[in-house]
Amino acid sequence: MKVPFSWLKDYVDITVSPSELAEKLFSCGFEVEEIVYLGEKVTNVVVGQIKKITPHPDSDHMSVCVVDCGEGVGKLQIVTGATNIYEGMKTPAALDNSTVCETNPQMLEKNPSGVKKIKKGKLRGVESFGMLCSGDELGINNDFYPNAEVYGLLELDPSAPVGEDIRKVVGLEDWIFDISITANRPDCQSVFGIAREVAAVLKQPLKTPDCSFTAVKTDEKDVEVKVLAPDLCPRYVGHYVTNVTGGVSPAWMRKRLALCGIRSISPMVDITNFVLLEIGQPMHAFDADELGQRTIVVRRAENGEKIVTLDKKEFTLTSENLVICDGTRPVALAGVMGGLNSEIKDSTKAVYFESAKFARDSVRKTSRSLGQSSDSSSRFEKGVDAYTNAFGMARALHLVEELGCGVVTDICRDVCAADLTPRKMTASIEKINALLGITVPNEEILSILDRLQFKPEINGDVFTVEVPGYRDDVDAYPDLAEEIIRMYGYDHLTPTFLEKASVTGGGLNDEQKKELHVKNLLCKQGYLEACNYSFYSPKDMDLMKIPEDGVERNAVRILNPISEELSLMRTFLAPSMLQNAVRNIRRGNDEGKEFELAKVYLPKEQPVVNQPIEEKRLVLGVWGGGNDFFTLKGAVEELAEVFHLPFTFERGQKPYLHPGVTAKISLGNQEVGVMGELDPSIALALGLDKKVYLAELNYSIIESKADDSVHYKNLPKFPEAQRDLALIVNDELTWRKSKKC
Amino acid sequence: MKQKIENLRLETEAAIAGAESGRALYEAKMKFQASLKEVMSGMKDLAKEERPAFGKIVNEFKQTMESAFEERAIVVRQKEMEEKYRSEQIDVTMPGKRVVSGALHPITVVKNELIDVFAGMGFKVFEGPEIETDYYNFTALNTPKDHPARDMQDTFYLAENLLLRTQTSAGQVRVMESGKPPIKILSPGRVFRSDDDATHSPMFHQMEGLVVDKGITLCDLQGMLAEFARKMFTSSTKVRLRPSYFPFTEPSVEVDLSCSECGGKGCRLCKGTGWIEVLGAGMVNRRVLENCGVDPDVYTGFAFGMGIERIAMLKYGVNNIKTLFENDVRFLKQFKD
Repeated sequence: MKVPFSWLKDYVDITVSPSELAEKLFSCGFEVEEIVYLGEKVTNVVVGQIKKITPHPDSDHMSVCVVDCGEGVGKLQIVTGATNIYEGMKTPAALDNSTVCETNPQMLEKNPSGVKKIKKGKLRGVESFGMLCSGDELGINNDFYPNAEVYGLLELDPSAPVGEDIRKVVGLEDWIFDISITANRPDCQSVFGIAREVAAVLKQPLKTPDCSFTAVKTDEKDVEVKVLAPDLCPRYVGHYVTNVTGGVSPAWMRKRLALCGIRSISPMVDITNFVLLEIGQPMHAFDADELGQRTIVVRRAENGEKIVTLDKKEFTLTSENLVICDGTRPVALAGVMGGLNSEIKDSTKAVYFESAKFARDSVRKTSRSLGQSSDSSSRFEKGVDAYTNAFGMARALHLVEELGCGVVTDICRDVCAADLTPRKMTASIEKINALLGITVPNEEILSILDRLQFKPEINGDVFTVEVPGYRDDVDAYPDLAEEIIRMYGYDHLTPTFLEKASVTGGGLNDEQKKELHVKNLLCKQGYLEACNYSFYSPKDMDLMKIPEDGVERNAVRILNPISEELSLMRTFLAPSMLQNAVRNIRRGNDEGKEFELAKVYLPKEQPVVNQPIEEKRLVLGVWGGGNDFFTLKGAVEELAEVFHLPFTFERGQKPYLHPGVTAKISLGNQEVGVMGELDPSIALALGLDKKVYLAELNYSIIESKADDSVHYKNLPKFPEAQRDLALIVNDELTWRKSKKC
Repeated sequence: MKQKIENLRLETEAAIAGAESGRALYEAKMKFQASLKEVMSGMKDLAKEERPAFGKIVNEFKQTMESAFEERAIVVRQKEMEEKYRSEQIDVTMPGKRVVSGALHPITVVKNELIDVFAGMGFKVFEGPEIETDYYNFTALNTPKDHPARDMQDTFYLAENLLLRTQTSAGQVRVMESGKPPIKILSPGRVFRSDDDATHSPMFHQMEGLVVDKGITLCDLQGMLAEFARKMFTSSTKVRLRPSYFPFTEPSVEVDLSCSECGGKGCRLCKGTGWIEVLGAGMVNRRVLENCGVDPDVYTGFAFGMGIERIAMLKYGVNNIKTLFENDVRFLKQFKD
């Protein structure tokens, strides 16, 4: 939210500097992310008055001026190329060693700071002690200062005091606060909304904008308003303004809009924009003569219904979209954008103002599904309260009167399904203090809630407040506790250590301890713990040669992934470990041993509806160095020994492993994992010059059977006797079988 | 006979003196023993009365020679050792042979440290599912469907009511539903948000803490966080609370710690403010307690949640979150303990 410092001053007497104000706002919950000083680029520039003009002796298009730069500086000779000059003209004079804005596009490319330094010098042999400036060189436009965009020098108002710092004269002595507003405070998404907080935190009175107007009685036909979807539009305030005139908005309003980055268009449009910035109420103005049957109907769109919005884009609607219609057709996409058919034009004679509350979810859905957004829609998405609808409308009508751009009539409607009775709340001071853990003095509580417009009344331990209409976020005593402590100051809290709480035993449970034990055991054997994303790419399945009907392909799919590469939830960990090995080898890390203990997600049905099974897996990967199949097997065996798991290994197969170098790992009759060398064809496809070995174990099963307690046996009394045997056997006989014989 | 012994003495003495190695000395000894045996065998030719005297001479001779061998052996061994010492000299500056141990991932290291800090304060560890229902992740945490706070977190959806949990707070509800206060739990784990840049990763880890009991206050939250800051960082680390907003806590606070780099003076790490935003916290919202079947008029509580990656990055000075998930062995090796 961007808030000009000068604008805030309309509502509060600000007695502190901009940076002090930022600190105060920070302490009460509004982080000022940035303060931009508008006059930063313009230094040492003053109001000058041209006293005498003589032609340049050596140039046809330059003039030599004597410029009065005020007390202390006096009269200076300044050469200018501008032609809109006259004796007596007041214009900005940049003195020696001053800075202004760079306006030459080529220079701007070289100098991104955008600051141009001015020094005295000679122009075609004539000394010049500074430079006379254009509006452009001060970084201002017509909305900021009248005629600032004129080609040539900026002509200042004759009342401008000679010698005065130019920033004070053209409005550059100002600061734009960029304030971050938390989601619970949509009421602060406006200049006046912030002003309410500023007044409270500075303990200054709040000046409410003038909302007075006189409704002129008219004989014109009434404009009817029907709200057919009160769930999506709890309040709709409409007002008819006639005798609309065009022209331009006054300078003060154009400047306010300019400060917030909005260009002036016409008084009526400017008023709607102004009210959005000032009060936070999105307004819409219809050309009333375009409203068929002088009717407004708020309803859900019919499926297939079409609308062309102000930016000439056509949309086909569904019943999810709320539309504002006249007697026959949609004239606006509610809360998002007006229709082209009822747009305000230069020829518009009468205007129907809309100030409404639309359900934020409805606006969000429409905006997202159609890909159409506006300042209004983003405002509605944050939440607009029913109280502000009337406030915003009154302010707009006051401005119509003040600008004299129309006549406010007595034709108006307020269709309200929302309950507008002020909410009364009773809270116990003791409970508030008990939640905070300190005792806030009663008079502080009263003063704070009073400053925040809660109209508090204390009655013994209980106090009653009336929640301001714009504070939908306050509904229980902890909310009041927060209001109190954020204004009283968090530095009043004194740290305590659960004085009243029961003593509880803490720490890891057996399962968690076991997991840590496994990790530490692998670390002892030189394995580094890895951490990979829980999602991977469908391409990983192809890379791993998983057949079309392979169980690994039955994965949970993210409906809105960041990219296809991160769209499947892992069903096995081997692809991630392989990627780790590949990344390391490509980076020249020729040798490595890693493991990861993480979950895989196994769907119970497709498409997925219920929470899938989350199963813990342990994956190990080794590559390069002297590492081979047996390095990896050694780690698994060590695990088996410490956790008393009688693993058996026999020849096995997996699509991504070398058929001759793959072992199935079992625990009794249950298969608990697989290990082996990466299929050389995959290694070839990846361009790997190192062999990679992978093991993946079902940790959930292992964990349930693992016993990591120490089983002590007394040492044998006698030394072991050993016999050496040499046997000649068949090639097919495995080590394990021969051991059994 | 005597002459024979005398010859043998001279011969043997010369051999002993000439023996430069243990082997030569050994051979000389063997030879001496053989010769002596031969001499002794001549005894049978002597007259019976001469034999004892001769025997005595031979014995004395044998002993003298053996001690000569022994003396020489000491000298030779000494020489040999000196030679061995010289020849076996090594370059002790060469690298050692190690059993290279591995290392836990920095996220696990920090997670374990956090658990240690809080376990001592009576917190148990709870791990909830990573794929959550909309209810546990949002609705039960006072964030219904149209709530603007849902915009604060970009959620990965798997089905209409199924998502990748965006916060470990989802576990809060499960714990409160399944147990009665007093509750003190820590809930660490993976969380997911649709966000991807130098400071955000679509997957990261959080550590959630929850205390629900009678008479829990905001001051207790501050006290506990102060203890956490002292143990996790330095004893001089300070804690600052400032107002913020989370749907599941009220009041909600943002918690800053004094910058560990500059001690609060202001530096690049803390962007000149002297403070670093580390976690979010607050008093558990009444509605959340109600949703979990805990009477908010009897019990109060606080919750806090922090990003483990953020703490790890602060603690070790890791400047890009992606580094944590690349699993480069040169990175991982640095966290050995």
